Amino acid sequence: MSLKKLMATGLLLSTLGVSAHAQSLVYCSEGSPEGFDPALYTSGTTFDASSHPIYNRLSEFKTGTTETIPGLAESWEVSEDGKKITFNLRKGVKFHSNDQFTPTRDFNADDVIFSFDRQGNEENPYYTVSGGTWEYFNSMSMPELIESIEKVDDYTVVFNLTRPEAPIIANMAMDFASIQSKEYADAMMEAGTPEMLNQAPIGTGPFQFQAYQKDAVIRYLRNDEYWGDPAKVESLIFAITPDASVRYQKVQAGECHVMAYPNPADVQAMKDAEDIVVMEQEGLNVGYLAYNTKVAPFDNAKVRKALNMAIDKQAIIDVVFQGSGQIAKNPIPPTMWSYNDAIEDDNYDPEAAKAMLEAEGVSDLSLKIWAMPVQRPYNPNARRMAELMQEDFSKVGVNVEIVSYEWGEYLERSKAEDRDGAVLLGWTGDNGDPDNFLAVLLGCDAVGGSNRAQWCNEDFDKLIQEAKVLSSQDERAALYEQAQVIFKDQAPWATIAHSVVFMTMRPEVEGYIVHPLGGHIFNQVGLSQ
Amino acid sequence: MLNYILGRLLTFIPTFIGVTLISFSFIRALPGDPIQVMAGERGVSEARYAELAAQYGFDQPIYIQFWDYLTGVLQGDLGTSFVTKRPVWDEFFALFPATLELSFFAMLFAVLLGLPAGVIAAVNRGKLFDRALMSTALVGYSMPIFWWALLLIIVFSGNLQWTPVSGRIDLLYYFPNPTGFMIIDSLASGQKGAFASAVRHLVLPTIVLGTIPLAVIARQTRSAMLEVLGEDYIRTARAKGMSPGRINGIHALRNALIPVVTVIGLSVGTLLAGAILTETIFSWPGIGKWMVDSIFRRDYPVVQGGLLLIAVMVMIVNLTVDMLYGVINPKIRKR
Repeated sequence: MSLKKLMATGLLLSTLGVSAHAQSLVYCSEGSPEGFDPALYTSGTTFDASSHPIYNRLSEFKTGTTETIPGLAESWEVSEDGKKITFNLRKGVKFHSNDQFTPTRDFNADDVIFSFDRQGNEENPYYTVSGGTWEYFNSMSMPELIESIEKVDDYTVVFNLTRPEAPIIANMAMDFASIQSKEYADAMMEAGTPEMLNQAPIGTGPFQFQAYQKDAVIRYLRNDEYWGDPAKVESLIFAITPDASVRYQKVQAGECHVMAYPNPADVQAMKDAEDIVVMEQEGLNVGYLAYNTKVAPFDNAKVRKALNMAIDKQAIIDVVFQGSGQIAKNPIPPTMWSYNDAIEDDNYDPEAAKAMLEAEGVSDLSLKIWAMPVQRPYNPNARRMAELMQEDFSKVGVNVEIVSYEWGEYLERSKAEDRDGAVLLGWTGDNGDPDNFLAVLLGCDAVGGSNRAQWCNEDFDKLIQEAKVLSSQDERAALYEQAQVIFKDQAPWATIAHSVVFMTMRPEVEGYIVHPLGGHIFNQVGLSQ
Repeated sequence: MLNYILGRLLTFIPTFIGVTLISFSFIRALPGDPIQVMAGERGVSEARYAELAAQYGFDQPIYIQFWDYLTGVLQGDLGTSFVTKRPVWDEFFALFPATLELSFFAMLFAVLLGLPAGVIAAVNRGKLFDRALMSTALVGYSMPIFWWALLLIIVFSGNLQWTPVSGRIDLLYYFPNPTGFMIIDSLASGQKGAFASAVRHLVLPTIVLGTIPLAVIARQTRSAMLEVLGEDYIRTARAKGMSPGRINGIHALRNALIPVVTVIGLSVGTLLAGAILTETIFSWPGIGKWMVDSIFRRDYPVVQGGLLLIAVMVMIVNLTVDMLYGVINPKIRKR
C-alpha cells in the first residue's frame, strides 16, 4: 500500500473520530511464521511474528543489548546456594482478547506455571497439543535443570533448580519462555480447539494479533492496555515477501517501511540512495572451521595453528560475505559481554605456516573440508568458502578435498568422534550468555555432539564450569576471558567470521534499534508525519 | 460419451494409488529426516529423537506407515503438517484459490493472445510478422521466469509506478476471504477501490506466468494451422471462392485446435511448476511456494498430500481436455 494512502486512511479515520494518530507500520518480512506459539518453534521468522509483538516473558532482553531487565517479573531473588529463584510478578497485567475469549482475570502465577509445565510435564493436557516438540525447552536443558516450580501466592513464583545456573535469568527472557494465558488455554481445551493457542495467540505484549493469511500478511493492533510503554503505531503489518530484491523494490515504492535481510550485493546501492536508511550491526553469531582434534595430525595444536595461519580470512570476507561480515578471532561475537579484545588473531602468513608444518614433521598432508549445503547468516556460501580454503591450503602443501551432505545428514555425521576432516559450521546465540557458545560448542560434555572439534581441554572446561555457577557477571566475565586465551592458543577451530546484519528502512521510520540477538522488534518504532 | 467418461474415471483409481505410493516414497527417498532438519545446529539427543520418532510414527515399519497413510487418505485425512501443526487439507484449500486464480488469468492471457498470434503468423507465413512473432515466441519460451519477473517489477513498478510491486491487494483493504479468490472477494467486500487494486496486483504475475504458455500456444497454433492449410479441403474451399476469413477462422482453425488444446492441457502442469517461482517473487500466497518449503523442511504430510491433490487436479484437467476433443472433433466422440 502506498504511504500516501496510509496517511489518507489515517486522516480519514481521524476525521471519523476513530483516532487522532492512526498509523500503520508495514514491515516486509522474509517468510511465513510456522505458527504463533513460540515454544513450539526455533526460527527467528516465527519469533519476529509471535514472541516479540504478542508476548512477554518473566525477564526481557533490553532491546539493542543482551542485558536482561524485568518483564512480567518485577524483580527476582536468587538464594544463597543459587538453586532457588523467587520471581515477584507484576500486578495488573491484562491479557489480550479475541472473538472466542475475553479474560476475566489479570496475569498471575498460574499462567507462569502453565507456560512451563506444558513443555515438560507429560501429564499436562497441552504437552501433546499441536505435536508439541518443545525444542528450545529441551535444548536449553530445562527438564534436567528445573526440579519444580512452586506458586507461593498469586504474585510470587519459585523455581527450584537441581544445580546453580547463572544463565537461567537470560533463559527466562528467551522466546520459548513466553507467558501464555492459562485461562485461554483452559477455555480452548474445553471448546475442543486447543490448537488455537498456536493459531489465534493471546498474550500480554504491546501488540495483539488480528489476522494472518499464510504467505501473504499478518496484522496486529496496538494493545491499548499494555503494562509497559505503549506501542507508537496503531497497527503493525507484516507483508510477507520472500524475495530480497522484491522487498527492496517495495521499500523504494513505499509499500513497506522496513525490510530485513537485504542482498549483500545491494547494500552499497542502498547506502548511496537518498531516501533509504541502512542500519548495521554485528550478528550474535560465529562461523568456524572445526578440525577433528582426535585424529592425527590434527591432535597437534601447532598443526592446527599453522593451518589457521594459512587461511586468508580477508579474502573470505570480501568474496563470500561481500562485505556483510567481519573477521572473527574469538569463538564469541564482539557484541557479547566478556569478549576478549586483547587477543591477537593468527596472522595470515603462508610462509610461516609452511615452515611450522615442516617443523612438526607434517608433509603430504590431505584434509577433507566439509561444506554445509545450506545458507546461514554466519556462512552465506560454504561451498565457495571451502574452495577459497582449498586454494589457501594448497599454497602450504596441504591437499584439500571438499565434501558435502544433505543438511540433516551433515549435522548428524559431523558429530562422529572419528570423523574424517574439518567441518564448516557456525552458531547463532540464543540468550546472549557466553556459556551458550563456550559450553555448548567447546565443552567436554558436548564432545560427540555439538562440539564438532571433539575438543576437550581440562583447563578450558574447568573455567567455563566454574563461570556457569557464579552469579556475579564481572567474575564470570574474567573467567570467560581466560577461557578465550586457552582457546586461541589451542586452536581447535579456525574462527572465520561474524556476520553483519543490515536493516533497510525509509527515512520516516523512527526509533528502530538493531537487536543483537537477531530479532526484529517494532514495539517502540514510530513514523514521523 | 457417458461410457467414455466413466471409463476414464475408472482409470483414475490405479493412477490415484500410484500417485499415493510415489509421493509417499519419493519424499522418504530423499536423504535427511524431518526431526534432524527441525533440530538444526542445536541437535537433538538420542532419547529425544526416539520420543519424537514415536510421536510421528517413524518407529513403525514402512509398510505400516504407508497403510496408515493410505487409509487416512481414503477417509479424507491427509495428515497434519509437522511444521505448522495444521491439517494439510486446510492449508491446501487456504492457498489453492490463489494459485488457481493466477493460473486461470495466466492461461486466459496466453490463449487470448497466443491463438490469434499463431493464426496470423500461419496465414502470413514467411513474412515479417511471422518471423518477428516466432523469434519473440522463442525468446519468451526460453526466458528465465525469475529474471523476467524482476525486470517487469523494476520497470513497471519501480520506474513507471504503474503496478504494485507484489502481493494480491493493497494492505489498506482488509476484509474476509470466503472464496479465497481475491477478484471475487474484493467485489463482494463492497470496499471502494478494492476490486481495482486486486486487478492491478494481478497484471504482472499474470504476464510472467502466462509468458511460457503464450509462446508455446502461439508456436503450436502456427504449426497446426500450417499443416491444415495445406490440406485438400482447404484448397477446395479456396477454389469455391470462400472468403479467407471463413476458411482460416472456421475450417482451418477448428481442425488445428486438437493439438493446441492438448498443449493447453499439458501447460497446466507447466503453470503449476512456473507458479513456484512466480509466487515466490510476487509474494503470491499459493501452493507452489508451500510445496517447495515443505520439501526443504522434509514436511512429509504436506509433500505427500500436496502432490496427491495436485495430481488429482491434473487428472481432472486431462479428463476435461479429452472431453473437449469430442466437442471439437465429432469423430473422436464416436470412437
